[in-house]
Amino acid sequence: MTESGYDPVIRGERIALVDLLDRVLAGGVVITGDITLSIAEVDLVTVSLRALVTSVSALMDDIHDSREYS
Amino acid sequence: MTANRGWVWMYGVTGEPPGAFADGVAGVGGVPPRTITAAGLTAVVGDVGDREYGEAALRRNLEDLDWLARTARAHHAILEAAAERGPVVPMRLATLFTSDAGVTGTLRDRADDFRKALSLIGARSEWGVKAYAVKPADPAGAPGRPAAGPDGQATGPGAAYLQRRRAQLTASKDASSEAMASARTVYAELSRFAVSSRLYPPQAPDLAGQQAPMVLNAAYLVADERADAFAAAVADLTARHRFVRLTLTGPWPAYSFVGEDDGPGPR
Repeated sequence: MTESGYDPVIRGERIALVDLLDRVLAGGVVITGDITLSIAEVDLVTVSLRALVTSVSALMDDIHDSREYS
Repeated sequence: MTANRGWVWMYGVTGEPPGAFADGVAGVGGVPPRTITAAGLTAVVGDVGDREYGEAALRRNLEDLDWLARTARAHHAILEAAAERGPVVPMRLATLFTSDAGVTGTLRDRADDFRKALSLIGARSEWGVKAYAVKPADPAGAPGRPAAGPDGQATGPGAAYLQRRRAQLTASKDASSEAMASARTVYAELSRFAVSSRLYPPQAPDLAGQQAPMVLNAAYLVADERADAFAAAVADLTARHRFVRLTLTGPWPAYSFVGEDDGPGPR
């Protein structure tokens, strides 16, 4: 599977955090809850995360975890 | 139910109640989900405390990558559990209400939107396709491909070096534009299998844990009966396009296709 670069992720396996963040921070229904992240706030979160990422090992570990499963 | 001041975290909305969640299914804050029904719709929610999920705490915690990772995974786990039983419209992460009444009101006020979204995603799933530009030197990407430029014209080691270097640069530039062209083709070809598609910005190489630059980060909403054909098309495109490496993820709850502000197609 890895030779062709085609790595299907089977349900239940650990997914890459970065793919999940794409979806939960920029997807989903935005409704006016008593607290709801606005689009602008999400952008801020994402921006600061992208700056953070090189200094945080957790995310990379996370991604490596997901590699091993795929 | 909620000790002191609590919040109601909303995961998503289903039509029929999704039924009891398996024992031990814990959501955000380690709390098992429950449901609230109104207007013929069911909200999947969980009770969370003010100390960690109140407005001020939330703002701080969202900047904490470990917290965010844990919370995003918990949010996703509940949505995935619900999606196994039937269509579920995901809420964006961190949609919170002070009480059940707020959730009930939202179900009533937005009933038409939720029903429309449920009918769009019913018997369909989201799939993610990413393409990475493969370096020309990478044997997996361009097996046995000779460097550009005719051989045998060099008159000395210096000239040969320059010629080789020029060929490398040309090959690298070609590979990059080939990869972009492939990404466009892949995106369009896969769209033919999908009800709807959406482009995300490519993930930064550091963030994606990949050396190769990402040239495509797309999500597709695909009818479940076409899921196999879609996966086969991804495999086929991988074989036909040497300058990109494709990855397929999913099925996902339909995160990318329920927001009213995101129409089909590229943003």
